[in-house]
Amino acid sequence: MMKNAYKTLIFENSPSIIETYSIVGKKEGEGSLGKYFNLVLSDDRFGETTYEKAECKMLSTAVKRVINSANLKETDVDLFVAGDLLNQIISASFTARDFEIPYLGLYNACATIVESIIVSSMAISGKFISNAVVGAVSHFSTAERQYRYPLELGSVRPPQAQWTVTGAGAYVLSEKIEGFPSITSATVGKVVDFGVTDVNNMGAAMAPSCASTLVRHLKGTNTFPDEYDVILTGDLGLLGSKIFRKLCRDEGFEVELYHVDAGSIIYDSDGTQDQGGSGAGCGTVTFASYLYPLLRQKKIKKALFLATGALLSTISSGQGESIPGITHCICVENL
Amino acid sequence: MTGKNAENTNKNYLDYVSEISPKTNELKTLLHAFWVGGFICFIGQAVRFLFIYVFGLYGDVLAGATSMVMIFLGSFLTGLGVYDKIGKYAGGGSIVPITGFANSVVSPAMEFKSEGYIYGLASKMFVIAGPIIVFGVIGSVCVGLIYYVKGLFI
Repeated sequence: MMKNAYKTLIFENSPSIIETYSIVGKKEGEGSLGKYFNLVLSDDRFGETTYEKAECKMLSTAVKRVINSANLKETDVDLFVAGDLLNQIISASFTARDFEIPYLGLYNACATIVESIIVSSMAISGKFISNAVVGAVSHFSTAERQYRYPLELGSVRPPQAQWTVTGAGAYVLSEKIEGFPSITSATVGKVVDFGVTDVNNMGAAMAPSCASTLVRHLKGTNTFPDEYDVILTGDLGLLGSKIFRKLCRDEGFEVELYHVDAGSIIYDSDGTQDQGGSGAGCGTVTFASYLYPLLRQKKIKKALFLATGALLSTISSGQGESIPGITHCICVENL
Repeated sequence: MTGKNAENTNKNYLDYVSEISPKTNELKTLLHAFWVGGFICFIGQAVRFLFIYVFGLYGDVLAGATSMVMIFLGSFLTGLGVYDKIGKYAGGGSIVPITGFANSVVSPAMEFKSEGYIYGLASKMFVIAGPIIVFGVIGSVCVGLIYYVKGLFI
């Protein structure tokens, strides 16, 4: 592992992503990525009595199935790293209750998935462990209730708002195996806050951190945007993407041709989701079902995955605090 | 970045964000609110006429009975999962009438039932309607005081 001025991590023993699994809700299944997901639920409650239990079951199911389809046993997995959006990350922790796997629970809002990947990659690259499972989940109905209003309340969403994705994803990371996409470098984000206070405008709150991390990663690895087939961001939404591209341009990097935002493409633009999707599950399922298969089938060679998170709580926004953003970045490539 | 420099950057950024953020189409939302809100009041008036001409009610009993029917309708449509759809279209048009008040009480009651009847449903029932009640009561006390003082002199 190399250290440089931009604090980018270069993995010498780059871990491979050997399997992914994604579960989404009905609305996501009807979106433009619908056919790529491993499992589309017809019932957002997933047969449970509450949405919180459903969210937990989604992650738990994803973890179980990803371990199976990677042809591993539970005992082969040395570490489970996951997080979600609910208070005290109950979905991830209650999922861990179902498994006999050492567990690290993380919270970086919607950037949790890449945070989990980075932590696991460091452990694998440092030869502390061989296999890790990472995961993240979000559910529209639980997030609405925690951050906004009851589902049945007749309130209006402002046009800059995004829609929380109901989705869970889990990936298996292993010591380098030939033929599988590898995580070669990563940049841990700094918290960036440009003073946005509008809780409905997450895209604007997160875009500066996303641009900051991307620029650091490019400089830290001495690369340019055109060396990547895809630069995937988590959930900037349409507005946030526009701001992100402008901020990158200001820094001298033109990303327009390579940038894809998961939030902007996960739903069809039928106007009801305004700026697109958001949530911890948004980037997680998009990477799992859309970008990863492209890498696996060698249709693309090198991609960046930047997961963007807004680190607010209902208390901080109630007290008038602005919204800090965080973005973590990994580079996944076929070596 | 510290101090003034950071403040300037932030201000430039926030100006830029508000410049490119999509704006609410006020003419459209006002029109929606106006006709739906008006239609809800039209239904209320129809109920009122029904009570006057069919049941012969008047005065306080009439006002109470009409309100009860409208509150029932608001709650019922909330329970059926229809009122939030009306709200998405009409905005203030369906929030302001008494049916909107019913919606703001019933929707959290439904949502928090999963945490039990006492600590969930009952305690969270007024999460949204609470402020309306508090400021409604304070407002009515103020108006009452004004009338009282006015009565002393005139």
